[in-house]
Amino acid sequence: MSVSPSSLASIPVPDGKHFSSESHEQKSVTTELPTYPEIQLSPAQIRSALSRWLPESSILISEESKRPYETDGLSAYRQMPYVVVLPANEKEVQAVLRYAHEQRIPVVARGSGTGLSGGALPHARGILLSLARLNRILAIDPLARTVRVQPGVRNLAISQAVAPHGLYYAPDPSSQIACSIGGNVAENSGGVHCLKYGLTFHNVMSIRVLTMSGDLLELGSEAPETVGYDLMALMIGSEGLLAVITEIIVKVIAKPQTAKVILASFDRIEQAGDAVAQIIASGIIPAGLEMMDRLATRAAEDFVHAGYPVEAAAVLLCESDGLPIVVDEELARMKEILESAGASEIRVARDDDERQKFWAGRKAAFPAVGRLAPDYYCIDGTIPRSRLGEVLTQIAHWSQEFGLEVANVFHAGDGNLHPLILYDAAIPDAFEKTEALAAKILELCVAMGGTITGEHGVGVEKINQMCLQFGTEELEIFHGIRKAFDPTGLLNPGKAIPTLQRCAEIGGMHVHENRLPFPELPRF
Amino acid sequence: MQGDLEPLLAQVRRAYQESMPLSIRGGGSKRLPVTGESVLDMRLYSGVVEYQPSELFITVRAGTLLVAVERLLEENGQMLAFEPPHLGLQATVGGMVAAGLSGPRRMTAGALRDYVLGVRLIDGQGRDLSFGGRVIKNVAGFDVSRLMVGAWGTLGVITEVTLKVAPRFSHQMTLEWNLSETQALKRMNEWIGQSWPITATSHHQGHFRVRLEGSAASVEVSAKALAGGREVHDGKWWWSALREQQLDFFATPRPLWRIVVRPTAPPLGLSGQSLIEWGGGVRWMVCEHGSNQVGLVAHHAGGYAQRHPSMGVYPMMLGTNHEGQRIHRALRELFDPRSILNPALMAPEWASR
Repeated sequence: MSVSPSSLASIPVPDGKHFSSESHEQKSVTTELPTYPEIQLSPAQIRSALSRWLPESSILISEESKRPYETDGLSAYRQMPYVVVLPANEKEVQAVLRYAHEQRIPVVARGSGTGLSGGALPHARGILLSLARLNRILAIDPLARTVRVQPGVRNLAISQAVAPHGLYYAPDPSSQIACSIGGNVAENSGGVHCLKYGLTFHNVMSIRVLTMSGDLLELGSEAPETVGYDLMALMIGSEGLLAVITEIIVKVIAKPQTAKVILASFDRIEQAGDAVAQIIASGIIPAGLEMMDRLATRAAEDFVHAGYPVEAAAVLLCESDGLPIVVDEELARMKEILESAGASEIRVARDDDERQKFWAGRKAAFPAVGRLAPDYYCIDGTIPRSRLGEVLTQIAHWSQEFGLEVANVFHAGDGNLHPLILYDAAIPDAFEKTEALAAKILELCVAMGGTITGEHGVGVEKINQMCLQFGTEELEIFHGIRKAFDPTGLLNPGKAIPTLQRCAEIGGMHVHENRLPFPELPRF
Repeated sequence: MQGDLEPLLAQVRRAYQESMPLSIRGGGSKRLPVTGESVLDMRLYSGVVEYQPSELFITVRAGTLLVAVERLLEENGQMLAFEPPHLGLQATVGGMVAAGLSGPRRMTAGALRDYVLGVRLIDGQGRDLSFGGRVIKNVAGFDVSRLMVGAWGTLGVITEVTLKVAPRFSHQMTLEWNLSETQALKRMNEWIGQSWPITATSHHQGHFRVRLEGSAASVEVSAKALAGGREVHDGKWWWSALREQQLDFFATPRPLWRIVVRPTAPPLGLSGQSLIEWGGGVRWMVCEHGSNQVGLVAHHAGGYAQRHPSMGVYPMMLGTNHEGQRIHRALRELFDPRSILNPALMAPEWASR
C-alpha cells in the first residue's frame, strides 16, 4: 500500500474543496513548549544524524517535500515542520525517538492527517513523525476475531481484509477510507454506529507503543483481563501526548445477517428529538441513529442524490441490524414510535443499494455542506439527548445574531452534535467571528452537561475550551499523567491539555456538570 | 441520598497531613487483606445522584448497594450489561468499580471498563476531582475514569460513578451439549463470532452450556439453529452461581486458580478439574501444580493466573518491563503522593513512605 501524503492531507472531496480554502490566511499558532533552549541543529544536521538508522529518502527537509505535512484535516492551522521523518518499521521509529529524546527535539506523530482538531499540526522546531509507511496488516485470526495491524493501516482496509471471513471492524468514522487506525486510537474515533458497537476504545484489545525515550510497552492483552493500571485506557484518545503507537490488535465482529434502515421526515425538529428519546426509552439500541437538519439534508441531497426529503425540517436515519427476525421486530417498533412522534414520512430502504445510498448522504454531509460556502467550520460537542431541542434553538438564535449560517448534523443516538458553521474566509474577521460562535456553542454544550469534544479531539483547536470543562486540579492531574509517560514533554507539545497559565490568561471559567453557574450564558 | 462528602474529604486530608494509611472499604464483600489501618467507610456516602433511563446512564454515589442499583434499573427495564459479580449482598458500586469485576456476559457485552463514563474521586491529597461525564462520547482530556477501574482505590477514593446502562432482555434460554474441552473451546469461539444472541458460555465436567438472551422470537430461532442442544431448566441459577462463585466447584479445599488467557488458547494441559467461562477466556483450575508452573502456562496462553480467592494484590505482576513499572509508580505517586490509599493493595511493595 503506497501512501501519498498529499492525497491524504484531508478527506478527498469530489469538487476539490477542503474544510477551508487554500487561500486562507495562515493562522499563527502559539505552542507551549516547556522551556527548552532553542535547538541549534539545522534540518540537514538532523537528517545526517538520523541517516545512521534510516535511509536518507525517508527524511524530508526541503520546503517542497515537507509542504503536504504542514496541516491536517483542520487546515485553518498551518505550520511547516522542521524535519519530516517517514520510518518504515518499529525499529526506525525507536531510533528516531531515541535520537530526538537525546537531542531534546519535539516530536509530533501523524497518521493519515485527516484529524479535525489540529492534533497533527507540526511543531516549528520539531520532527513530524509520519507513521504512514507502517501500513501492513500483520495477522488475521478469524477464530479469535482479531487483526494485528501497524498504525498506518487505513480503517476501511481492516474491514476489507477480513470481509472474506464474514467479519468487519465496527468503528466507522466518516473519513474511514483515508484515516489510519493509529490515528483512530490516538483520537478514540467514533462513527455512526457507536451507540451499539462502541468507540475505538471498545474495539481495541492491545497496543504496542514506544515512549518518548524509545522504550517499548505492551498494553492490554488478547486475554479478556490484565493486571495493573489500565494504561491502555489512558493511551486511547491521548492525542499523541503519551507515546507513539507501533502496533495494534483490534477486535473484529461478525457482519450482521441483515441490516435495514428507516428514513423518517419531520416538520419540526423537536419532534425528531422526541422520537430519538422514545426509541431509546423503548429499549431498542439502534445500530445507527442519525439526524440532519434542513440545511444539511438539502446539501447532502444535492451532492449524492440519496432521495432525501428536502422540505423536511429534520430527517432521521434509524438502522437496525442483526438476525432477520430481530431486525423485523425492531423496524416495526421504530416505525410505530416515529409515527406517533409525528413523522410526516417514513421510508424503509428497499434493498441494500438504497440503504447504502441513504448512508452515503449522511457520510458525505460534511463535504456536501462544504459546497454551500467557501469555508466551513465543524463543531464536535456532545450533549444529553434530552437537551437537543434547547441547544438547536439557541444555535439558531446565535446563527442569526452572528449572521452565519449553521447546518446541523447529529449522531442522535449518542448525543454527538456537529454544527457546521458556514463562512467565507476572504471576508475580513469572518474566521474570528466563526471561532467566537463556535466557542459559544461549545460553552453551551458544557453547560448542558455535555463535553467540548465527542470524537474529534482537542488538538490545538479546542485547547481554550478545555479550561471551561476542567478545573485547575484536574488539569494538573492531566499534566502529571503526561509527565508519567513523557517526563520531557517533547511529545506533541502544546496540544490537548492547556497550561494553567493559559487558562488563567484567557480567564476561562470552569463549569462542571451544572454545579457552577455560568453568568455569560442566557437563561432559557 | 445519604451522607456528605465533606467528612470523607476531611478524613483523607487528615490522613494526608499525618501520612496515615487508610483502608477504603465498602461492603467488605471482596474480603480484602485487613491491615489494621484506619478505615474510610464508604457506606456513609450513598444514593442515586441522577438517573434518566432514556439517556442510558446512571450516576450513583460509591457507597450505594449494588443490589439497590440493579433493582432500580430492573424497574425501568434496564441493567448493567457487564453483569457484575457481587460476591456478597453488601457489595457497593464503588467497590465494584475499584475491583473492576465483570460477569458471564463479559465476552459479548463487554467489561465493566467499557461502561464507565465518568468518576468523581478524592485523590491522596484529599482533593475532590471529577473526570469524564455523562455522555457516551467524550474525548476531552485523558481517560482517568477508566484508569480507576481495577485500581483497587490506590489512585483515588471513588465517590461517584456514572455508568452506561443497557436495556434488559425480555427472554433467556440456556442450552447444553455434551462436549470435550477441546470441542467446547472451538465451538464457543466459533459461535460467539457469529451473530447469535449468545450472552454466556461455560464448560464443566463435559457439559457445554450456552445462554441465549433477546426477544422471544430471536431466542427461539437461534435455539433451533444451534442444533442438538437440550434446554436446561436451572439456567438462571447456573449463571448466577457461576458469577457469584457459589458452585460446589469453588468450595474445594484444594488450590483453585483463576487463569485468564487468550480465549482461543488450546487446553492448558494442567491436570485437575476445570471450569471454563467467558468463551474460553477464563479457565478455573483445581490443581496441585506449583504456582510457577501455573503462571508459566498462563503466560504462554497470553494471560496470567491468580490463586483464588485472593484479590486486589498483584505482587511483581504489574508492568512488563522497567519502563512499565516506572509509569505505574509515577501514576501512583501522582494520585497518592504519600501512599495513604489502600497501600496494602495492587503492588504493596511500591507503597513506600
